[in-house]
Amino acid sequence: MKYFRLIAANLLRAKRRTFLTVFSIAVALFLFCTLRTVITSFEASLRASQATRLVVRHAASLVFPLPLAYRERLAQVPGVTGITYGNWFGGFYQDPKNQFAQFAMDVPTMLDLFPETVLPPEQAQAFRSERTACVIGRALAKKYGWKIGDQVPIIGTIFPGEWRFTVRGIYEGKTKDVDENTLFFHWDYLNESLPEGRRNYVGIYWLRIASPDQAAAVSGRVDAMFQNSPQPTKTETEKAFQAGFISMIGNVQLLLTIIGSAIVFAIMLVTINTMMMAARERTTEIAVLKTLGFSNGLILRLVAGEALVLSLLGGILGCGLAALVFHQLDFTGGGFFPNFRVLPGTVLAGLLLAALMGVLSGIAPAVSAARLKIANALRNVA
Amino acid sequence: MESKNGNLVELRDVYKVYHRDRIEVPVLQGIDLEVREGEFVALMGPSGSGKSTLLNLIGGIDAPTKGEVRVAGESLGRLSPSKLAAWRARHIGFIFQLYNLIPVLTAYQNVELPLLLTRLSAKERKKRVHFTLDLVGLEDRAKHFPRQLSGGEEQRVAIARAIVADPTLLVADEPTGDLDARNAADILLLLQRLNQELHKTILMVTHDPHAAERAQKTLHLDKGVLQP
Repeated sequence: MKYFRLIAANLLRAKRRTFLTVFSIAVALFLFCTLRTVITSFEASLRASQATRLVVRHAASLVFPLPLAYRERLAQVPGVTGITYGNWFGGFYQDPKNQFAQFAMDVPTMLDLFPETVLPPEQAQAFRSERTACVIGRALAKKYGWKIGDQVPIIGTIFPGEWRFTVRGIYEGKTKDVDENTLFFHWDYLNESLPEGRRNYVGIYWLRIASPDQAAAVSGRVDAMFQNSPQPTKTETEKAFQAGFISMIGNVQLLLTIIGSAIVFAIMLVTINTMMMAARERTTEIAVLKTLGFSNGLILRLVAGEALVLSLLGGILGCGLAALVFHQLDFTGGGFFPNFRVLPGTVLAGLLLAALMGVLSGIAPAVSAARLKIANALRNVA
Repeated sequence: MESKNGNLVELRDVYKVYHRDRIEVPVLQGIDLEVREGEFVALMGPSGSGKSTLLNLIGGIDAPTKGEVRVAGESLGRLSPSKLAAWRARHIGFIFQLYNLIPVLTAYQNVELPLLLTRLSAKERKKRVHFTLDLVGLEDRAKHFPRQLSGGEEQRVAIARAIVADPTLLVADEPTGDLDARNAADILLLLQRLNQELHKTILMVTHDPHAAERAQKTLHLDKGVLQP
């Protein structure tokens, strides 16, 4: 600890250079945390998926709806113990920047099929009994300051026009992975407001099955049933559906890992260069310290410690900023990343990465400082 | 600390050869030298005569090509780099011509540097640094950085740094070489006090005959050979 002042004094020697280096590392670690959070947010969505829930959609694409008439036939498929349905609404609040997920749902069956969405009984009753009612997640309510009884105008993009809903409930997730950034309203309200030709179509059916073991069998039965119909279906577990949804934008994890690694590697090279320059400029001082009796090992630790402190400062700044910014902004990526929270594990990984960058960038200058021949270094200056 | 014959420094048949590209440059040729504890010795000679090299060998920051350097009872050639560093910290106080203070540290922090290598507590270190700064007349400059000090003051801080850990031997390489006459006289007076009042053994390289007059003994080095 008594040497920390020496490390700090050396870091403050060229304040602008130190600041720029710390800032570069902070930017790299901020991006690392952001990209890592994209992945953990996807993973949270997958974790929140229920193994006893199947998703039925149009075999060609999610864009094409399925007839409401499928409901009765699906409910009768052996192994199915519950059914609900809904449509992705795709709207925004006041400004296109205010994007979040909205679903038009069959309310009476929805609450039964999504037990992880917890709503007080009186709010559930109020939601059921009012056609223009909606329920919103706790995070969404907090973000926009909405409370029960508020009127929420939503501008529709897939279903154009201004839609007004009354908040009758605020739900909470049973676990941290459950999205609390969604607005649910009555499918009937949406359906009745549509022109004749667009009515009675459903985006997705959700089926409840008794046990995860039945998933393959029930899925096969459902898809076989509609195989030769004008609207064939694709049935899969909710988890597979979520994973497929994510994979529509490619191998995200690999892509993000490559981008993150490239950024961190580039910044590490910058840090190595900075540390090499800093150590080279101090050749005489290092020789003087050695003359005073500082051993090669101590010099090595001091120079490496400088690189480590520099990187950790950048790491703390970058990771801390990412955690703070995304917490404050309550970022949801237009509803695509409902669980976009920088997790403690991500911050820890970022700090470990910063420490690794520090060690790697400090090795070369530290070794060269430790190997410095005192007499040669002093002679070159004199 | 001295050897059986009372010498603090003993050099026996010491040679030093530098290699510049493929050319061998002999700097010291068969040096035999003895310095007794408590002596103030001046080492004079023209540029390139090997004075600083000799000082570096005695201070343990360079190694001879041949021969034995024995200081404070230790044959330096037998010490590993880490033991040699610890030995320097314990026995040698260096004073450089260009002061070589660490510019980002205050006078206090510069003087404290050698004490960081000891087991002294922060409180003891503080006491000792203030005592030493007071000894060189710079107690009021403790918080000043080197750039805020005059050349003479910088050299006094450097002397304080050299003596704060109470080394066995002070080696000074042209300590007045970068100072005006008045400051040079002050520094020489200080070195003389350290020798006479605190009984410090001092080995000083100088070009200046006036500086050499302050020493008890003057040795002359020419072309790597000590003159009789």
